[in-house]
This record gives sequence, structure tokens and C-alpha cells, in this order.
Amino acid sequence: MNVKPINYFEASARTRIACLVDPESFTEFCPPELRHISPHLVRLNAPVAFDDGVMVGRARLAGHPVLIASQEGKFNGGAVGEVHGAKLRGLLDKALIERPVAVLLLVDSGGVRLHEANAGLIAISELMRAILRTQSAGIPVFALIGGSCGAFGGMGIVSRLCTEVIISEQGRIGLSGPEVIETVKGVDEFDSRDRALVWRITGGKVRRALGDATRLVGDDIGAFRAATAELLDKHAGRPLNSSDLDDLTAAHSNLSIRAQRYDTARDGRIIFQEAGFTELESVALLPVDDFNRQLEGSP
Amino acid sequence: MEQFVMNFTVTNRLATTPSPRVCGVVSSGNLEVLVESGEPEDTCRIDVHTPAEGFRDIWSAVLRDFVERQPVGGVRITINDAGATPAVVSLRLDQAIDFFRSEKP
Repeated sequence: MNVKPINYFEASARTRIACLVDPESFTEFCPPELRHISPHLVRLNAPVAFDDGVMVGRARLAGHPVLIASQEGKFNGGAVGEVHGAKLRGLLDKALIERPVAVLLLVDSGGVRLHEANAGLIAISELMRAILRTQSAGIPVFALIGGSCGAFGGMGIVSRLCTEVIISEQGRIGLSGPEVIETVKGVDEFDSRDRALVWRITGGKVRRALGDATRLVGDDIGAFRAATAELLDKHAGRPLNSSDLDDLTAAHSNLSIRAQRYDTARDGRIIFQEAGFTELESVALLPVDDFNRQLEGSP
Repeated sequence: MEQFVMNFTVTNRLATTPSPRVCGVVSSGNLEVLVESGEPEDTCRIDVHTPAEGFRDIWSAVLRDFVERQPVGGVRITINDAGATPAVVSLRLDQAIDFFRSEKP
């Protein structure tokens, strides 16, 4: 257990795994010395990484066996290329054989790696299918989001497919990133330099208030570990019920209600208001524990 | 991209053959260093992959300094650079070799 807080946001993908799981329990699959590098980046004369920006492996967390992947947001924005995507998809396929308590995805990604175009897009779609397959085999998939790239593009979709989403205030989930929206639709639509606005629309607190994330934690690997351990305890020994048609219909109708309810919403403040927060200006400054208490105590 | 290999002859050799270690991240101004056992015991081989072309003299000075500081034989070091400055390269190499020798998990 880590006593001293370690910034999740600042940590590298390797440090995140090392501090998250039980000491010395991590075994890496396809480790860097095997040099599974991206053939596309080589052809483009671009720098490559030995692990193609993601490490995958087996570990224990609070004693529970898990399969775990961690994306390196600092390498090409954690973007998913062919090899990177294949490692993630392979990990989910392995879950069907090994049947861990859960698969943990430490997401830190802007989405598809543009250098690899179609190969990256295919990788994302394979990943989405693999998550659904893993879940229908009764194995939950957790997304942990708290890196500088958040979870955008295809990885935003992947994260929302996950059974549990643990996010920090610094974490973000979205589809098109703020800069992309501003470029396409203009600054009146979304001012990407207004960081407070960006976080009120994509950030951890608003995602938790909307129910897109199931846990909000502080920016500390120990806090991520504690929340993950608690959810692993919850899921251990009781296999996930795969969604039946009724569940899907209910989820779809909830999404329709949400889309109507927030149809004209231009700012996350409205979501905080609907979630029962009274002092809207201070929500951004609320410590995580107070935020959770107010949110979970609200009707 | 520029790629080259430098071989240094060193007298110190490692008593053990630690498992491979990687340090650093391939991101702007940074680099990734992989250290592996398996070279002849008097050799330190360093493979460099860098996007910054035309800095080979500086690379060889930085790498020579490193080998003088940390004369370890029987290792192969591979560098994926993303435009790191000489100081960053030196620090990262020292970190990687310490990590490699410590054999800590």
C-alpha cells in the first residue's frame, strides 16, 4: 500500500501500474524487449516506442487476480495504433481464458492514432467488440481515467462501454476534443482555451454527476487503488449478468430522457444544478469527498 | 530518422545478468532507454534511433561520457529518442543503468 500520495496525473503508464497493483504481482505480456513496435510509424520515419505506448499484463489487486492495461499518454497522446490496439484486444481475449475478477484499462488517450488511420479505427472497433464479449462472458471491465489526455475519440466510446468507470477530477471523457470542436465549429461553439469550461463539460466531476463515471476519486494512485479494490470486492464471486434486451431498452430510454432534458444545456453548471448542488460556483473547488457526499446524498 | 550503433570496450563486467529494463517515455524532449544483458562481457553496445538528424558528434560525446561514468560490459542499450537534450540523455542513461543493476522489480 502507498502511504505517500502519488499523482496519478503526472505518473507514467508504468508507474501507474506499479503503484496500483499488489507489490511484485505484475507480469507484463509482450514486454518492451520483444520490440513489438508500430510498422506504420517506422514507415513514416516517426519515433517508435518499444511497447507501442501501452503495457498489458497480469497482476493482483487487493489479492484479486486482474488483467491490466495502461496507456502512455505522453507517447503520441496515448493514441491507438494497430499494435497498441492489438495488445488491448489480445488482453481482453485472454480474459475469456484466464477469467480474472476484472480487466482494468488505465485509459489515457486522445483516440485513434492518425498516422495509422484505418488500422487504428479497426483496432478501436475490435476493442469495442472485445469488451462486449468479455462482459457477456460475465467478466467486468473497469476504465480508470485520470491522465492528461483523458479518454477521447474511440477511447471515449470504449470507456463508456466499461462496467465501472473510475475517474479523477483531472480526468476527462469525450468524443471530439475541445480543440477539434473549436476548429470545426468555431470559438463561439466551444472555446478550448477556457479550461474551466472544458472541465465543466468533459471533466471528472461533471461525468460523475451525469452518471457516466461510477466513482470520482482524488488525483492519487492510492485513491484509484482503493476505489478499484472496493469495486473488485463488489464484483468478485458474482459474475456480471450480461445485459438482456430489457436492460438495453431501459438504458436507451434513459439516454433519450437525458438527451431531451439537457437539449439546450450549454454548460455543465446545469448538470450540477439538476444533480442537487446549490452553490454552483463552488462545485469546481469542492474537495472530492465533499462532492461525493453531496452527490450521493442528493435525491 | 537517424540510426547508428556505437560499441565501447569496457573493463568492468556485471557479475549477474539482470532482466531487461526500460526507462523514460518517447515524448517530445524525452527518450526511452532499454537496457539488456547478452553482449560480450567487455562490450557496451548502444543503438540510437533519433529523429534529430545531424547531431551524431554530440551523441558520441554524450555516450562516451556515459560509458566513462558507468563502464558496464555485457550490456546492450537501445535508445528511442524524441528530441531530448544532451543533459536529459545523460540523466536518463544513468537512471536506466542504475535501475538495471538494482534488479528491483
